[in-house]
Amino acid sequence: MTEKLSVNDYPVAEQRPELVRGGRGKRLDEITLDALQAGDAGIEDLRITPEALRRQAEISRAAGRAALADNFERAAEMALIPQQTIMEFYELLRPGRAADKQVLLDVAARLRDEFSAPRMAAFVEEAAEVYARRGLFKFRY
Amino acid sequence: MAANEAGQVNRWKRFEDWDNRPLRLDKFAADDPANGFSAFAGKADPKPAISMKSSAVTMMDGVAADDFDMIDTFIARHHLDPDIVEEAMAMPSSQVARMLVDMHVPRNELARLARGMTPAKLAEVVAQLNSLELAFAYSKMRARKTPGNQGHVTNAKDDPLQLAADAAIAVALGFDEIETTMRVARNSWSNALACCVGSAVGRAGTLFQCSSEEAEELEIGLAGFTSYAETVSVYGTENAFIDGDDTPWSKAWLAAAYASRGIKMRCTSGAAAELLMGFHEAKSLLYLEARCLCMQRAMGSQGTQNGGIDGAPLASTIPGGVRELLAENLLAVWLDLECASGNDARHSESEIRVGAKILPYLIAGSDLICSGFGTILKYDNSFNPSSFNGEELEDFLVLQRDFEADGGLKSVDEADALALRRRAVDALSAVFEELELSQPEEHMKQSVVAASGSLETTSFSPGEVTTISRNIEERQITVVDVIKALASRGFADEAENLLFLVKLRVSGDYLQTSAVIRGGKVLSAINDPNDYSGPGTGYRPSEARKEELAAIREVLDRKEVLRTEATFANDEARRIRYISMGEATRGNGQLEIVVGISPGYGEQLFRTLAGHPSSSVLMALRDGIEEAGGRMRVVRFIHTADTSFLGLSAATLAGSGVGIGLQAKGTCVIHQTGRLPHNNLELFSNAPITTLEHYCGFGRNAVAYARGEQPEPVVVPTMGEALGARFHARSALIFAVETAMTSDGAKPQEIGVEFLKEAAG
Repeated sequence: MTEKLSVNDYPVAEQRPELVRGGRGKRLDEITLDALQAGDAGIEDLRITPEALRRQAEISRAAGRAALADNFERAAEMALIPQQTIMEFYELLRPGRAADKQVLLDVAARLRDEFSAPRMAAFVEEAAEVYARRGLFKFRY
Repeated sequence: MAANEAGQVNRWKRFEDWDNRPLRLDKFAADDPANGFSAFAGKADPKPAISMKSSAVTMMDGVAADDFDMIDTFIARHHLDPDIVEEAMAMPSSQVARMLVDMHVPRNELARLARGMTPAKLAEVVAQLNSLELAFAYSKMRARKTPGNQGHVTNAKDDPLQLAADAAIAVALGFDEIETTMRVARNSWSNALACCVGSAVGRAGTLFQCSSEEAEELEIGLAGFTSYAETVSVYGTENAFIDGDDTPWSKAWLAAAYASRGIKMRCTSGAAAELLMGFHEAKSLLYLEARCLCMQRAMGSQGTQNGGIDGAPLASTIPGGVRELLAENLLAVWLDLECASGNDARHSESEIRVGAKILPYLIAGSDLICSGFGTILKYDNSFNPSSFNGEELEDFLVLQRDFEADGGLKSVDEADALALRRRAVDALSAVFEELELSQPEEHMKQSVVAASGSLETTSFSPGEVTTISRNIEERQITVVDVIKALASRGFADEAENLLFLVKLRVSGDYLQTSAVIRGGKVLSAINDPNDYSGPGTGYRPSEARKEELAAIREVLDRKEVLRTEATFANDEARRIRYISMGEATRGNGQLEIVVGISPGYGEQLFRTLAGHPSSSVLMALRDGIEEAGGRMRVVRFIHTADTSFLGLSAATLAGSGVGIGLQAKGTCVIHQTGRLPHNNLELFSNAPITTLEHYCGFGRNAVAYARGEQPEPVVVPTMGEALGARFHARSALIFAVETAMTSDGAKPQEIGVEFLKEAAG
């Protein structure tokens, strides 16, 4: 994506519908009741894509909301991570779940290598460092 | 016992009256800053301070970076903008406080400065504003221009049919978001599916969430049933956060996870949560909330649900607690977050405290004025009773109308409400049948359609719902299956509405700050930014919206009053005949009492405000007069409709010099010649509570005055009813009918009154 969207491109579904694609590449006007009934469209087409999240990040940034944009960029990295993995890593980020710092560093490594998620990886590394300093690896249950 | 043995009273009974007010069920706590009971000034609240070294924070609010707890660290790294910090922290707090209430300082400039302020600085600034200034600043700083509202849809049985019916009603009332939760945790999937179907009835675009366990809530969202979440709670102290079983990083992970699934998300925090959990660090409600809100912005949450929330009742026990809730909501919008501004968990048993608390928000407007208005009855609210519930819904509608303030809601017509409930129940039943989840019977459906609350239904029990819920989860039913089921069973509109909502997640437009759906379009802080800059700017209800706000149930107008009166006219014709006998002159009987009736009396108006037929009042007066040995003569005046002048004019024509003035609405006066118009002998000004016996007594007394006696005046006892509220609209309309019938200089008409058989019987 070379073009950066601005607030004038928002709402993207109304202003720039040609940019919007479902999880399997369908245009919005292809995801219809008829298509669902015919089995030509399904729940996978109703997923947001990493591209859509990055576009929303561009709009947030243009509107002066960098923190929100950062979140959308992290979400873009997460969009293709399986649900089970997301919940597994979430659980490890909760206090006392990971036994030590290395567990979180391993999560970060997988995010970087397996899921091409460098932002999320850095985020987890930051957590690992803070958890270690604040003693959050103590056993809870 | 109010008196001791010596006969001295030991208590003023007024205190007993006060003891019995609902207010006294509320308990209040003393200010105790060392123990966390302080709204604005905790014993350990830090002074604002910052030190930076090459873009890194080395000290914040008196704590060195090495000693940062996880919250400090998160805020220092992800909230504070190093390019703004020095400028913002150097500004005197009093100056920033003034900028917040200065309409010439743009919202964006203030939002920029907030990104450079520490929690202690933000708290110090807003603490300088009084409640009016807080509300004004809130109005100026909130992100989206158009206000909205959120409602709870739950019931005590987790009955899916009732959830669907109540969701459809919530949509019709105008809620932008609806939220459900369960009595039995395992019923989450059923609750989600039922509300999802109900919210698709009537119109498309109402966002829906199912408050549940974190992992499950995401799963339900992923299946497409829900479109937003607000259960991502954060806390202002490290220990409270850990006690809540999360960290800023784990919560930020969830924030990204929701966005990555195209689900709108906001965080939750509120005053006194830390106090409830026992980890307050002797810090004030406001300072801890400032930390929560900085953290939420830092996590990249688009918004927050704050303003006490579950802690609101505790915050409200502390002096200034309710003002603090306003202050923390202001912090939220100043930090550029969407704000679902609390006003949910009911903070008081006093309806006055509840009404007073909502008012600043109603006038200021809010992204979502309540983060859970109870659309259902109190006992059906599975969160907890809200400030406003199904019971008080119309009170809220009237507050909107009173202040011409947009609280996001509108009235629902009775017939429409019934039809929507039926449609929702039928739609959900069709889905249940189509997906082989259950076969709801007709008696179940009918009971739900008619029921105000779950005590009146013969529908599913929580245990039966558990089976349905497990089936939905295990068979991995998604919103697509529901849409297809609706379509194949003839619920095409609902199928389209639901598809519209799920398609929103593909573009992600509603992930932006303060997004709601209005008229099929996403409306957010991006395309509907709050542009308040003084009178005439910012949000103003359109003429159409004002009409909607005004259109509450049972509104009187002149036409309605005359229509009602006309229905009484036939009955009166069978009871009394008024025979016009030409111009009235002065009589000469010593005990002759003239009753001077108003222009519309028995002509266009036939009942008093108390509901007595005009004929009955005249008969009661006659009975009293005759009982005392007098004689009644009736004269109609056309030149005036005013009681005093009716009475005085009647007295002037009476042989006794005593007259009774009588208006159609029942107001009645005894007058005497030679007195000043407004210095009458006796007056019944409270027509709505005047009985026929009172009128009869008036007749007796009139004769007594004619005899030169000093009778005991007839007193109409009032129990403090707000008679003005109950009757003045009708009273004024009736009186306007009378005044319109007056004619300057018209001569008094002698009226022969004939009571017919029915009246006598």
